[in-house]
Amino acid sequence: MAQAFSAKRPVRRRHFLGAAGALTLGSLAVLGHAQAQPRVVEVLAKRFVFVPNEIRVKKGETVLLQFTSDDVPMGFALADFKAQVDIVPGKVATLLLTPEKLGNFTFLCDVFCGSGHEEMDGSLIVTE
Amino acid sequence: MEHFDRRQFMRLSGFGGAVFMSGLGLSGCAGPGTGSASSDFFFVQLSDSHWGFEGDANPDAKGTLPKAIASVNALGQKPDFVIFTGDLTHTTDNPRERRERMAQFREHVARLQIATVRFIPGEHDASLDNGKAFQEFFGPTHYTFDHKGVHFIALDNVSDPAARIGETQLAWLSDDLARQPKDARIVVFAHRPLFDLYPQWDWATRDGAQAVALLMPYANVTVFYGHIHQEHHRMTGHIAHHSAKSLIFPLPVAASQPKRTPLPWDPAQPYKGLGFREIHADQRAADFDIAELPVQERV
Repeated sequence: MAQAFSAKRPVRRRHFLGAAGALTLGSLAVLGHAQAQPRVVEVLAKRFVFVPNEIRVKKGETVLLQFTSDDVPMGFALADFKAQVDIVPGKVATLLLTPEKLGNFTFLCDVFCGSGHEEMDGSLIVTE
Repeated sequence: MEHFDRRQFMRLSGFGGAVFMSGLGLSGCAGPGTGSASSDFFFVQLSDSHWGFEGDANPDAKGTLPKAIASVNALGQKPDFVIFTGDLTHTTDNPRERRERMAQFREHVARLQIATVRFIPGEHDASLDNGKAFQEFFGPTHYTFDHKGVHFIALDNVSDPAARIGETQLAWLSDDLARQPKDARIVVFAHRPLFDLYPQWDWATRDGAQAVALLMPYANVTVFYGHIHQEHHRMTGHIAHHSAKSLIFPLPVAASQPKRTPLPWDPAQPYKGLGFREIHADQRAADFDIAELPVQERV
């Protein structure tokens, strides 16, 4: 089972600031479980595509997904890990993820963003 | 969350051994105007007409809605009312084009020979402007009405592009429900499912569980919705949820294929997977009988 939002140890503020300055409160709650320096993956959400739309992660690896949008509000939803974050233009949205199951998992934009919204998706590929 | 097995569905739908076939209606039901506060009646649900769609998934995109309307007009008995449960129009980024599609849709629907036609929005109608154009053409996005002993609640889970009903509307729902007896017959209309049917394909409402929680104390609640372009039946506790077919293209069963792409048009069986439904309220039973009807190529 993925540990997308588990918090097994108390959050340490110094740890939080050292990892990323723009973490959301939701991410703050999980950082105590994260590695000291999670790999950062920057993702641009623009109408109507995620760049990149394929994110590769090792099983058990903690990654910090950093989202930005240049145009309209978007969402990133990874239902298999019960992970979701809203992406507001001009701000960095973050999501800390430690996938513990192997496979190819679809993520999508879950904030209706325009005529190509329903094709705006991608894959999280978790390998050994 | 419970899936329907065959026995449950039969009991819930009241079908028994009967088979309801296309366009015949149910002759044993009372028509409109039978008067008493609580009497038998039926209404028709249409959904997801996506007026303005163009693509291979439906080469008769401009003809399907008119055919569905003709099919409803040809029913043996007139329903008490018709409701469209969202995605009346296919989305466009152009606000002017959105209004043109809504105007064209309304023109077609005006041909329904039914006095009362109601609407709720889908995300294609309302999510890009928070329901502004929809309200200009079709009125409020959420409302209630009472009809022959049934309390109807139309919810809007699409005007927020993030698919939330929202705290304001949930408070409104709570206030409305507080005025209903616990054994009231309640029907809820929504576009998206109120439960997590398959969030991987965006088949969910973010705060739908809050609406279901508000409805749970009521013994007789049934939800009719659209969005997923196929018939689907699910229980959340004692609350039955029934999704309707589309009038543009069917979508695959959840998780049956990698992407949520439309099922291809079959020239040998045009309009396969499309349709609408009659919903029959029998004063002797709390549940509803549902008869699925196809779009008739020729009426």
